[in-house]
Amino acid sequence: MRTASDYIEMKVPAKPDYVGVVRLTISGLANRMGFAFDEIEDIKIAVSEAVTNVVNHAYTDTEDKGQVRIGCNIYDDRMEITVVDQGKSFDVESISKNLGPVDGKSVDQLHEGGLGLFLIDTLMDKVEISSEAGVVVMMTKYLHRDEVEEHVDRISPAPSQ
Amino acid sequence: MNLQINQDQINETYELNLTGEVDAYTAPKLKEVMLPLTEKEGNIVIVDLSGIEYMDSTGLGIFVGALKSSKANHSSLKLRGMTERVKRIFEITGLTEVMDIESGVKGEAL
Repeated sequence: MRTASDYIEMKVPAKPDYVGVVRLTISGLANRMGFAFDEIEDIKIAVSEAVTNVVNHAYTDTEDKGQVRIGCNIYDDRMEITVVDQGKSFDVESISKNLGPVDGKSVDQLHEGGLGLFLIDTLMDKVEISSEAGVVVMMTKYLHRDEVEEHVDRISPAPSQ
Repeated sequence: MNLQINQDQINETYELNLTGEVDAYTAPKLKEVMLPLTEKEGNIVIVDLSGIEYMDSTGLGIFVGALKSSKANHSSLKLRGMTERVKRIFEITGLTEVMDIESGVKGEAL
């Protein structure tokens, strides 16, 4: 039952213009799967962050902006989104070290970037990043709909005492 | 998938009303309008976010940049009218602690 049923893939130019298009598409898929409104909003932000990272960091050496590939695996209990660039990998380790909320930093210490990966990590249930040839960000969000239904079923019979 | 910015000015107080989405595509436009306003000493820049349907870290980055600029140039930056969604990402990232955020949405009639 836990096997992939459907796979959807998109390839768009690594330009800011297309971040919204990807976000809307993924939002449509998440909606179809039955995710709650807030979960869909979380997924939209996470996907946008991943694609924006590619737009900002990859392909900086060449004028050709290259492509970003977004794959979406739909399982009955989760959505698995993979964002891949084939450009220059950014240094994942150094970026990961700086992950975190603003906590206790003074205004001077704040960076205008760098919150993206932190948001992905916070909003999704599972996140994996690899940077061998290009960067791959794989993120998973679980559907909690079934749990709620089971829970409702379990408490619905009237207590026997 | 766009951002509309309406600007009102009374003396040194500037009010920006934002409607739509702030992401990598629309953020440069916001920066272009907001940043120069924070660069003049004594300016008060009020940004109303009640019409924002979507914002991600690129948008947060623009506000961080504007906040830094306002501190450096002795102007002030206030945010108001955040929807629950927008408020959430400011909270998650800890920016609610450093930003001047007015809770409550302003009355629609003006």
